[in-house]
Amino acid sequence: MTQNNTQATKEQVLYADVLEKGMYAGLLLMVITFALYVLRVIPPIVPRSEISTYWSMPVHDYLVAINTNFLHWETLPTGWSWVKLLGYGDFLNFMPIAILSGVTIVCYSIIAPGLFARGDKAMGIMAIAEVLILSLAASGLLSVGH
Amino acid sequence: MQGNIMEKAGMLFASLMCAIMLSPAWALATEVTEMAPVPAVGEADWWKWPLILLIVTFFMGIVAVLGGVGGGVLFVPIIGGFFPFHLDFVRGAGLLVALCVALAAGPGLLKANLASLRLAMPVALIASTMAIVGAMVGLALPTHIVQLSLGGTILGIVAIMLTAKKSTVPDVPHADALSSALRITGVFYEPTSKEEINWKVHRTIPGLFTFIIIGFMAGMFGLGAGWANVPVLNLMMGAPLKISVATSKFLLSITDTSAAWIYLNKGCVIPMMVVPSLIGIMLGSFVGVRLLKVAKPTFIRWMVIVILLFAGLKAVQKGLSTMGISLF
Repeated sequence: MTQNNTQATKEQVLYADVLEKGMYAGLLLMVITFALYVLRVIPPIVPRSEISTYWSMPVHDYLVAINTNFLHWETLPTGWSWVKLLGYGDFLNFMPIAILSGVTIVCYSIIAPGLFARGDKAMGIMAIAEVLILSLAASGLLSVGH
Repeated sequence: MQGNIMEKAGMLFASLMCAIMLSPAWALATEVTEMAPVPAVGEADWWKWPLILLIVTFFMGIVAVLGGVGGGVLFVPIIGGFFPFHLDFVRGAGLLVALCVALAAGPGLLKANLASLRLAMPVALIASTMAIVGAMVGLALPTHIVQLSLGGTILGIVAIMLTAKKSTVPDVPHADALSSALRITGVFYEPTSKEEINWKVHRTIPGLFTFIIIGFMAGMFGLGAGWANVPVLNLMMGAPLKISVATSKFLLSITDTSAAWIYLNKGCVIPMMVVPSLIGIMLGSFVGVRLLKVAKPTFIRWMVIVILLFAGLKAVQKGLSTMGISLF
């Protein structure tokens, strides 16, 4: 047995590298966007002093309330609608959260071709399936509610 | 001396929890089930709740590392039980907290070959799919039903913590056909015995079926699922304890991702709750890792069990009180 047996596989190291970069980028951006929000460098759509009025509500009531009081949209701000609100300090924080939630999809997408190239079809198919499952979850197509 | 500091930190956390439970905020938290909104604070006072979250989650991060549990399993029952936030937002924040802690640990564990990508991939596919289903069911059910189920689950976790055994290197006479076909095997270097340990797994199909339930519960309650991953990977499938713990931690970064997207798309994310919690628990984890060398794990583990027991009972009590049933 050689010491090399204890080394991580090429795909595993590649996955780890991408995960690490995405994680650091997401966390750094999260600290920056939160600072911009709480210091009111970029004003929020829901005033900081009023947010405690809403966080005790069920999510549906919360969405109705902020839509009625601030957004005045025809539909509730669910799914990817936060992208339209990135100009506001509170919703700007959704960007790093989306990066942190999305980095795993990137990791799987990057290792899948290498798995197929090495003839590791079963793991390759699983990687593609995982990308599809996570992309479906991220798409906002799965609508639920109370 | 550092051991004393650790005990003091533990006592401080326990005292903090008692103070929270006895404070007017706890009364507000109880009223949340009756849908009473918390009055808006003044412009000068908006930072108080985020600061309290930051402090509590900081200690939670320390205790989670020392108690050998994930952040999510402490976060959801404690913050959901004793803070004035609705359970929808607590579960969303809990998932993101568990996700980020797993993301932070994942790369190092993968590079050190302690977390196994080959072991995680089939398990993650099932768990992440079921986490989506769990999140959808959890968001569709009435809150008091979720509260009751959460309470029952937390009490179940307490039972698991009290009874589950661990096996450093389980005896796996033969790898089963599925794990052989998928080449789920590996070698890791054990520095304490200075030897390379070959590992393989068995009972892969029952193990994968178990992850249907684990994934569902992780998504439904926003708990993370290290408390269930490790016993299944270690005791059922026969992966060595170190591999099980590391793979479980990495696995959460995938399972929680799928459920987190459901909560995010549904609107269950309030940055003023999520970011302080995240920063607090990550800072606490860093401190916890440093204290790990000198801490008394038995004391911390018992403290975690007692806190979870109390939080589980509180969740049951909140669920029942909404139904007009008084437990205490």
